[in-house]
Amino acid sequence: MTDAAIRVTGLRKLYQGRPAVDGVDLEVHRGEVFSLLGPNGAGKSTTVEILEGFRRRDGGDVRVLGTDPAHADAAWKARIGIVLQRVDDLAQSSELTVREWVGSMAAYFPDPRPPDEAIEMVGLTGKRDARASSLSGGQRRRLDVALGIVGRPELLFLDEPTTGFDPEARRQFWGLIQGLAEAGTTILLTTHYLDEAEHLADRVAVISAGRIVEVGPPATLGGRAHAAATVRWLDRDGPRAVTTDVPTQVVRELAARFDGEVPELVVERPSLEDVYLRMIGSPA
Amino acid sequence: MTTTAGATGTGTGHRPPSLLSVSRVRARVELLTFLREREAVIFTFAFPIILLVIFGSVFGRQELEGGVSFAQYFVAGMIAAGLFGSSFQNLAIAIPIERDSGALKRLAGTPMPRSAYFVGKVVLVAVIALVQNALLLLIGVLFYDLDLPGSAGRWLTYAWVSVLGVTACTLLGVAAASAVRNGKTAPAVISPIAIVLQFISGVFFVFSDLPAWMQTIASVFPLKWMTQGMRSVFLPDGYATQEPAGAWEHGRIALVLAIWSVVGLVVAVRTFRWRNKADG
Ligand SMILES: Nc1ncnc2c1ncn2[C@@H]1O[C@H](COP(=O)(O)OP(=O)(O)OP(=O)(O)O)[C@@H](O)[C@H]1O
Ligand SMILES: [Mg+2]
Repeated sequence: MTDAAIRVTGLRKLYQGRPAVDGVDLEVHRGEVFSLLGPNGAGKSTTVEILEGFRRRDGGDVRVLGTDPAHADAAWKARIGIVLQRVDDLAQSSELTVREWVGSMAAYFPDPRPPDEAIEMVGLTGKRDARASSLSGGQRRRLDVALGIVGRPELLFLDEPTTGFDPEARRQFWGLIQGLAEAGTTILLTTHYLDEAEHLADRVAVISAGRIVEVGPPATLGGRAHAAATVRWLDRDGPRAVTTDVPTQVVRELAARFDGEVPELVVERPSLEDVYLRMIGSPA
Repeated sequence: MTTTAGATGTGTGHRPPSLLSVSRVRARVELLTFLREREAVIFTFAFPIILLVIFGSVFGRQELEGGVSFAQYFVAGMIAAGLFGSSFQNLAIAIPIERDSGALKRLAGTPMPRSAYFVGKVVLVAVIALVQNALLLLIGVLFYDLDLPGSAGRWLTYAWVSVLGVTACTLLGVAAASAVRNGKTAPAVISPIAIVLQFISGVFFVFSDLPAWMQTIASVFPLKWMTQGMRSVFLPDGYATQEPAGAWEHGRIALVLAIWSVVGLVVAVRTFRWRNKADG
């Protein structure tokens, strides 16, 4: 009972009588990096915002750091960090600089990081004195992340944090998340980037149409580890592929037949993307 | 409290920042944001001054009954209108915009004491009102032969009418912000209300010249009482006989503004929203 940072049972949320979240059960352990994957409209943000205490639920039991977020107080909020999927305040009218933003946010928390440290962590040191409204989309998103971590949260919610990041910023962000996780921060992350989930998450939950389809470590999701492998090579009459449970044996036979190098030999298991698309019922 | 402090590690053993220190941060955020937004500065500060210059130049030399120049009368009205604008109009427009953009939601997700947000707004309103009053007085004196209040008693009246008026209008502005559905329509909803009130409350026209029914409607709202209070500060005592009641009615001014303050407070506290209604 003590080890769960987040425990959700039977969570339901209706919009205009239609379920957006339809009986979700989740358990995120302390110190875990947990990722919610799912197509647009699956109910990720709705779930996350209920856990953050923003939205009311229509059913189910929710405990976040031992508290029902619907009745959370300031002491609870001091222990969580929030990066929302979408806020326009930084873009719309903010004439405050990056440092002023992070500094003022830090002032609300009992034990914040030094603002410059949070800015450094998201790689915005060079833009410290720039006004938020002048930042590029990806830089603004990094500022969102800085605002989420400056309070030194025990539990960090990240709703599609890397949307708009360039590849380098994404790698840097991955490093940041791994660093926070090593320091013991529990992280709940939604993303559409499967490589991101695979790289960062200890466990992944796939959600579709408001229901959890499967939960597990990314490496074994959807029976991936045991799934049939595909062996591809270039034969005399063109490219060939066989799907098999015994790829080693296939390769050995090929090696014998070609007497050495097999042209363009590849052995592959289904990617996370393959199992994911199958789970959410996509025809791909 | 249901939180288990011991096992959690980070965050424990640290006192939450004091309301005073967080309020100071909020006040700084509000002032910096305001000062750096050129449109806001121009609209809030310059508009009453532009009106003063226009009306002063056109009608300033005209004499009203009781030997008062129109400029003297108009400054009293413009000061009241300026107080109304920097509190009611300012907040009833700014808060829905902040709610729409998610700025309020971002704050609501932090441990910031919610009262600190309102302290920040109050400081902003107070600074705007003070600077604007000073500018109006300065321009009045320099260009339109404005006579400043001549006794300590009048300055005292100036102070309490301003403070009570701004209090009522600040609270009503926060209350009105809840009624405004979204940020985009806020200026379109709030500005006409302000303009109509200015016309019927004796800012642009001499109040006693208005039709009786208009005076009656105006006397329901705070702005009429604020202009009346300001007239008692800037016009000679003899002019009181020109008022509809034949007197400055200080007691009634205080009472009406106090009632509106209570109404504003109750509505504001019960209806304030940190998130847009559409936001689930
Ligand atoms: N405020 C709202 N009012 C009405 N319906 C809503 C509201 N918010 C979400 N929904 C509906 O609930 C469902 C789930 O939305 P949600 O935002 O949780 O999806 P998501 O998984 O976060 O999607 P995305 O990947 O696009 O961010 C959608 O069908 C959406 O239309
Ligand atoms: Mg979402």
